Amino acid sequence: MIEPLLKVRDLCVDFGSNAAVRGVDFDLAAGEIVGLVGESGSGKSTLARAILRLLQPVRGSVQFLGQDLLQCSSAALRARRRELQIVFQDPLASLNPRMTVGEAIGEPLQIFELEQTARARQLQVDAMLERVGLASGMAARYPHEFSGGQCQRVGIARAMILRPKLLICDEVVSSLDMSIQGQIVNLLIDLQREAGMAVLFISHNLAVVRHLSQRVMVIYSGKLVEIAFCDALFAAPKHPYTRALLAAVPRLPSVIPTPAAPTVPASPVLSASPVLSAEPVQQARLMASGCAYRDRCPYVLPLCETTEPPLIEIGTGHWAACHRSHETLIPLSSVS
Amino acid sequence: MTPTLSIDDLRIAFSHRAGSIEAVDRVSLQIAPSECVGIVGESGSGKTQVFMAAMGLLAGNARATGSVRFEGRELLAADRATLNRVRGSKLTMIPQDPMTSLTPHLKIGIQLAEVMVAHLGTTWSDARSCARRMLERVHVAEPMRRLNQYPHELSGGMRQRVMIAMSLLCEPSLVIADEPSTALDVTIQAQIIELLRAVRGEFGMALALISHDLAVVAGLADRILVMYAGRIVEAAAAGELFRRPRHPYTAELLKCVPDISGPRPARLPTLVGQPPRPGEVLEACAFAPRCSRAAERCRIERPELGGPAGAQVACHFPLSND
Repeated sequence: MIEPLLKVRDLCVDFGSNAAVRGVDFDLAAGEIVGLVGESGSGKSTLARAILRLLQPVRGSVQFLGQDLLQCSSAALRARRRELQIVFQDPLASLNPRMTVGEAIGEPLQIFELEQTARARQLQVDAMLERVGLASGMAARYPHEFSGGQCQRVGIARAMILRPKLLICDEVVSSLDMSIQGQIVNLLIDLQREAGMAVLFISHNLAVVRHLSQRVMVIYSGKLVEIAFCDALFAAPKHPYTRALLAAVPRLPSVIPTPAAPTVPASPVLSASPVLSAEPVQQARLMASGCAYRDRCPYVLPLCETTEPPLIEIGTGHWAACHRSHETLIPLSSVS
Repeated sequence: MTPTLSIDDLRIAFSHRAGSIEAVDRVSLQIAPSECVGIVGESGSGKTQVFMAAMGLLAGNARATGSVRFEGRELLAADRATLNRVRGSKLTMIPQDPMTSLTPHLKIGIQLAEVMVAHLGTTWSDARSCARRMLERVHVAEPMRRLNQYPHELSGGMRQRVMIAMSLLCEPSLVIADEPSTALDVTIQAQIIELLRAVRGEFGMALALISHDLAVVAGLADRILVMYAGRIVEAAAAGELFRRPRHPYTAELLKCVPDISGPRPARLPTLVGQPPRPGEVLEACAFAPRCSRAAERCRIERPELGGPAGAQVACHFPLSND
């Protein structure tokens, strides 16, 4: 088997006494696009920052091309970061307002001393601007002159100019209009095909994640609760939380299929509203034992109160952390 | 029957160093009692400004002409006293960002009760018990405790429920919800939309639901207005709009909504081109530069909103003609 590009093992991040990321394990292959979905506060951005060591995990390892990023020296980490880039949610806030867009995109080249002369940098910046769908003449402008979608293109250009092996996109389309979201997603798909980098695409919008991911990971309360190939996850979600997330996606009336007959009789989800029953459990209320999702779960068993379900492989490449993952086989169409 | 809100030939322009920028261009619309109207458009299409004008909340450099009548009363030229009798009581607004729309240093109970004290002359203790009952009705858990909490102690979804409660305290005729769920998670968003649906059934007020997301509006609206570049380009019954969009812009927008089932195209459909820049003067059809159906006429003559009620479109070559 080919060694994965990124191997995350038992990654834990605490904020004071609150556990934000709790024992996360996953692999990411070179050139793979993986979606990471979950609600605010579920730990998805914290996980991304921990992978890049923008914050210090309390435990675990992040192996990138065989090197543990959590153990290596700061000089080695700095060198590695060239291959690990991130694009943030708020495109305007993540650009320096006093730097022209050209300077912002060219700065990484300067930092990593990849192009010695200003002229050579300029050429690369111009090419990159055009590559992300902006005119090269825009290099002299400032971020405030750009729309949200254009700023996001600049953020992507700044990350891609280093030709990273892994690009982390943290809610990059969440603040954009529907029509612009598609443009940015298509740009990422194109760039991935050309440059071949792996992408960790973080979003709470499942419909967008579905369109570009090969695999999807679902995070709840700091733990991965489901990992699956994209089609399998959307066709047959195994974790009740994944199912609730899917049911919450707003949809156009013309594309809502007629509900199929329920396949699992007397299942509580069939009578329950598709809308999640309550707000996410506050971190402070997390109990030492049991499943973190049990307060909101329509399938809850006595076992869920006492034992936290481990993430286990229930089909090829399909992992779920639920005591009932083997029995709750309701197809998506009958959930809503 | 008098419409709850009636807007006629509304124009809003913002004066600027370099001249004036027209944000809303000859918009006319009506909202009937108990009707839910969805207003859909991209950022900058003017959808929020139309209702800001109705609330008398336009920025200082804005100039609005035309007419905005609420229950037959003209609001556009109204003085502050007249406006204050209406807004916050009979005409209310649920803002987009529940994080910044509550006063951070006042407890929830005071902020809610104040509305009734100010508008209805209720005593503070009566207003407080009304506030508690209203929190119950919008499914806020432990309403007594919430009254004594500060906004920062509440989650985003909870704060939006408080805003919804506040908007309902004086039994409004019209609630304007401006992207009420956009800042929230998908799961909380679904709860808030569900709550708005329930509240509408219970209180029977009219609802103007502003959103950039057609799928969000789809679940609630009886009728949908599509705005582009400060104009209404299509106004149709919701079912009709989704089944048979007539304006090419609406049709393109519908294609842009990604879904969680069905085929997965290699690329997401997108709109070609960019919306017009603010201040760009558009004499003819504003969508013509991006429209695959545009002909010479579209670049010369502005299409007016017309057609049978329930399926109006502002297009020289609407799609239903095919």
